Amino acid sequence: MSKFRKGGKKGMPAISTASLPDIVFMLLFFFMVTTVMRETTLKVQIKLPSATEVSKLQRKSLVAYIYIGPPTKLLQAKYGSEPRIQLDDAIAPHGYLDIPEYVQKVVSKTAPAEVPLLTYSLKVDKDIKMGVVTDVKQELRKANALKINYSTHKGDALAAK
Amino acid sequence: MARRARPIQEINAGSMADIAFLLLIFFLVTTTMDVDTGILRILPPPIDPTTPPPPPVKKRNVFEVLVNFNDQLLVEGQPMDISQLKEKTEEFVKGYGGSDDHPNFPEFKVSEDPEVVKYFGPNYMVSKQVVSLKNDRGTSYEMYIKVQNELAAAYDELRNELAQQKFGKSYDDLLKDDANKDKVEAIKKIYPQRISEAEPENVGG
Repeated sequence: MSKFRKGGKKGMPAISTASLPDIVFMLLFFFMVTTVMRETTLKVQIKLPSATEVSKLQRKSLVAYIYIGPPTKLLQAKYGSEPRIQLDDAIAPHGYLDIPEYVQKVVSKTAPAEVPLLTYSLKVDKDIKMGVVTDVKQELRKANALKINYSTHKGDALAAK
Repeated sequence: MARRARPIQEINAGSMADIAFLLLIFFLVTTTMDVDTGILRILPPPIDPTTPPPPPVKKRNVFEVLVNFNDQLLVEGQPMDISQLKEKTEEFVKGYGGSDDHPNFPEFKVSEDPEVVKYFGPNYMVSKQVVSLKNDRGTSYEMYIKVQNELAAAYDELRNELAQQKFGKSYDDLLKDDANKDKVEAIKKIYPQRISEAEPENVGG
């Protein structure tokens, strides 16, 4: 008779899941390498405006963020609902007057050759009045931080009324 | 007394997958993949009080855009809807060409930039246009971005048009290839993005 049919037991053998951890680890490493950690927790609420003529920011390590918006609900008791400036992880206690210090800090952390490439990305809530933004821009100018980026979503600017 | 060697029990690796999944989900949640996009601008350097102020620009060369605290536009003294801004800006920046002079449009001068001469000949006329943007402290950021966006779009469209006409390629395509650096430079010299922002003041309105 057939020489392959030995033993009486038949039926599906269980699929081996031994390689599943390897697959998942591979995915894990992929994500660890390709992504950047969320470095700050937002303390202000920001709804970015949209624009069509946008460019992507390269080199995330050379971007410093300045957030401007009304404080989050939880922090409104402490800071009120007026727009505030957040630098790094904290709301700037003296508003735009803290910007030169922040610029200095960012510059000191960057290699001297790369300082001219530093971009300051302004993440500003769309309902903020320009006065606040202008103050920030003036401070940045004084601190010689001239390369700025108005952070926006990509989308039709005119459609969003 | 020697005990009989027992075979070492294998560690159960069944839960390894769960642990790895947990880590994976943790990283998925805590990390961001979105690229930051936005409108790049270079601020003018701080004013040095010792250097003399630059010579005033002739009024006909300036395209004046004012935005008041109600987010209303005043362009060249005329109220305007934001939807028309791009078209008007393009019209102004392009002008009437070097040959026929028109008092409502900016002056032209012969370009001496080597890149322009290389691709467009020695007598190419380039407009002396400047766009001046002034906003009130009460203007909303959204409106400001809209205006910036429209102005940038106007320049982009003109550059695109010129690139198509001269090189048969869109400006974006030219930008993608490093070999076209000179061509990009030439187009940039012909339509330089001169958006000047006034020292802050109250425009009122």
